Amino acid sequence: MRIVIRNAYTIAPSSSFEGFADIAIKDGYIEMVGDVVGISIDKEIDATGLVAAPGFVDVHVHLRDPGFTQKETIETGLQAAVKGGFTTVFCMPNTKPVIDNVQTVEYIKNKAKMLDICDLYPIGAISKNEDGKELSDMLSLHKAGCVAFSDDGVPVMNAELLRKALIYSEDLNVPLTLHEEDKNISADGVVNECETAFRLGLKGIPNVSESSIIARDIEIARSTDAHLHICHVSAKESIEVLRKAKLDGNNVTFEVMPHHFSLTDKEIEGYNTYAKVNPPLRGESDVEAVQSAIASGIVDAIATDHAPHDEDSKRCTMQKAAFGISGFETAFAVVNTYLVEKGIIGLADAVNFMTYKPAKTFNLDAGSIDEGKYANIVLIDKNRQWNVDRFKFVSKGKNTPYHGKKLKGLIVKTFYRGKEVYQGERDGFV
Amino acid sequence: MYKNFLGIKDLQKNDVETLVATAIKYKQSMEEYKNLLKDKVIITIFFENSTRTRTSFEIAAKKMGGEIVNIDYEKSSLKKGETDFDTIQNLSAMHPDAFVVRHYDSGYPNFLSKFTDIPIINAGDGICEHPSQAVLDLVTMQEVKGRLDNLNVCIIGDITNSRVARSHLETAKMFNWNLSFYGPKTMMPKKEWIKEAKIETNLEKALCDKDFIILLRIQLERNSGQNLPSLGEYAKFFGLNQNNTPKKTYIMHPGPVNRNVELSSYVMDNNKNKTLITKQVENGVFARMAVYNFCING
Repeated sequence: MRIVIRNAYTIAPSSSFEGFADIAIKDGYIEMVGDVVGISIDKEIDATGLVAAPGFVDVHVHLRDPGFTQKETIETGLQAAVKGGFTTVFCMPNTKPVIDNVQTVEYIKNKAKMLDICDLYPIGAISKNEDGKELSDMLSLHKAGCVAFSDDGVPVMNAELLRKALIYSEDLNVPLTLHEEDKNISADGVVNECETAFRLGLKGIPNVSESSIIARDIEIARSTDAHLHICHVSAKESIEVLRKAKLDGNNVTFEVMPHHFSLTDKEIEGYNTYAKVNPPLRGESDVEAVQSAIASGIVDAIATDHAPHDEDSKRCTMQKAAFGISGFETAFAVVNTYLVEKGIIGLADAVNFMTYKPAKTFNLDAGSIDEGKYANIVLIDKNRQWNVDRFKFVSKGKNTPYHGKKLKGLIVKTFYRGKEVYQGERDGFV
Repeated sequence: MYKNFLGIKDLQKNDVETLVATAIKYKQSMEEYKNLLKDKVIITIFFENSTRTRTSFEIAAKKMGGEIVNIDYEKSSLKKGETDFDTIQNLSAMHPDAFVVRHYDSGYPNFLSKFTDIPIINAGDGICEHPSQAVLDLVTMQEVKGRLDNLNVCIIGDITNSRVARSHLETAKMFNWNLSFYGPKTMMPKKEWIKEAKIETNLEKALCDKDFIILLRIQLERNSGQNLPSLGEYAKFFGLNQNNTPKKTYIMHPGPVNRNVELSSYVMDNNKNKTLITKQVENGVFARMAVYNFCING
């Protein structure tokens, strides 16, 4: 079986190639990139006017399965992922049970394997039950298939436990990916500490609750040989701390989220629970700092922190509402609208932040369009404008602050190992 | 046409002026309000302890000829795990004429109002607003001062956690007050968040040339020991006593007062014509009658 995608503007970040090319896919693998002529073809796809990029790699998602399947299942989660153009996702361990045991890893892997539409890699818990007290069986989890460790959702407040986790996992060559929030400072805060929060009478989560513990953890990691990866960086002070740490040659990487470089804390007006996310939407200067960090190239990944919730979890007061944004189905469009269209970075760089860079950061062979690799490819109509309608989400989580907003850039098709796993709308597309 | 009473920030200046004038009119003659709530049923739901606000709302309704149905939160379905959304839908289906709600979450009345057509009256939400308190304060100010515009007002206490202070930020804008805040720095908002109020730098300045000083109840239970080391220290540096209380300034307090913390017993008991605390409570009933009339009779 040979499929040829014709005339797409192809972006191949691993070889820094961008330009018009045909892509030949044979038996699930990329056979050829360039002018495809003189061979037999089973199926031809005219991608004139579209961009072909590697399937996106998301190193930070929540699929809620097992345990919270009213919010999402591995099925709905991965369907939403491929609709968003993702073909590789890493799921966080705050499920029930927590991913702190081999059986849960097996369960997740098996379910994804049966679906066969997207690569799914579990991230194991650092501590048992994410309680922050005892280390989980990190070696067993790694052997079972965990590609990183995290207690995401909660910070590892105990500095010594973190230090031991870093040392214990040193030889595994996988990062510890940390949710950074000093709980003593953030306490019962629900949104960014800002004027809007003050007016609404909502408790704030100040920037320093993030930046101070990032600084602490960089120091702890520096005393080990481990790779530290910082999740969802939101505050300008955190970016500054990370910039310095990188300049000093520390083995530290970090990711940023679409909502943190596109939306400000003004979104919480009217007690909008869909804008409640942790870390919170920050001020304008923080949004600009995240954008600058992306422009300067010090960011290692753009990830979604896809955090689906059922309606009841958001249909309540701001204090009771769950933190989180359903992110898969708007991720690329937000990147395109708020970074590429605004001239902060080029499209090829944007693709790199969503594909090859995160894969490399996690030592994963993914996120490239290269001959011999799996044909994980996304076709994008980068000029297509659309209004976000949360009720059209494939994800069970319809919780998005982008509802009603106009975005530019739509996923047209997603291929996973050569198989068309998502087919979107496109005017006149055959 | 029904109207909500969610917060001062959702009202126009003329709404507030009407509320104040109505309360004063009611205070002058019971003929003005006597049967205005005849055949009306008001549901009160208090998720937080309250003596005076709840009693005040109940008396106000009864004096207007209305009926009060009180939901005991401890025994309600909410306690059994019913969602707030379902509760308001069910209670609304019984067609009461208004809800009076107090809740520890800021924005709770606002949330309920999205799911019902029945007027929601905010009796205090978290640290956001306490609009009926603001109205009764204005009634009291109007009574003793004869005007509401261009007043010099200082609020002393835990501003960050005060719904009274937030409601008065809105009244200050409406009536062009010279409003300031004072208290321990850990209890003050950031300067850049509040363009309409200034933050005083010491007690002497805070008390200087003010028409009204509003004292707030200091609660040690909120983040105890982190915002404030002790009530004794507060009394010493931020409390009003016979030595520092200005003679010409009216003293107000939403109650209940911590005697000898924010206000000394001596001042409370011996400075009767300048201390308006009891008058505020008295006016509270008329202010709440005015609120009912605003919401139910339009």
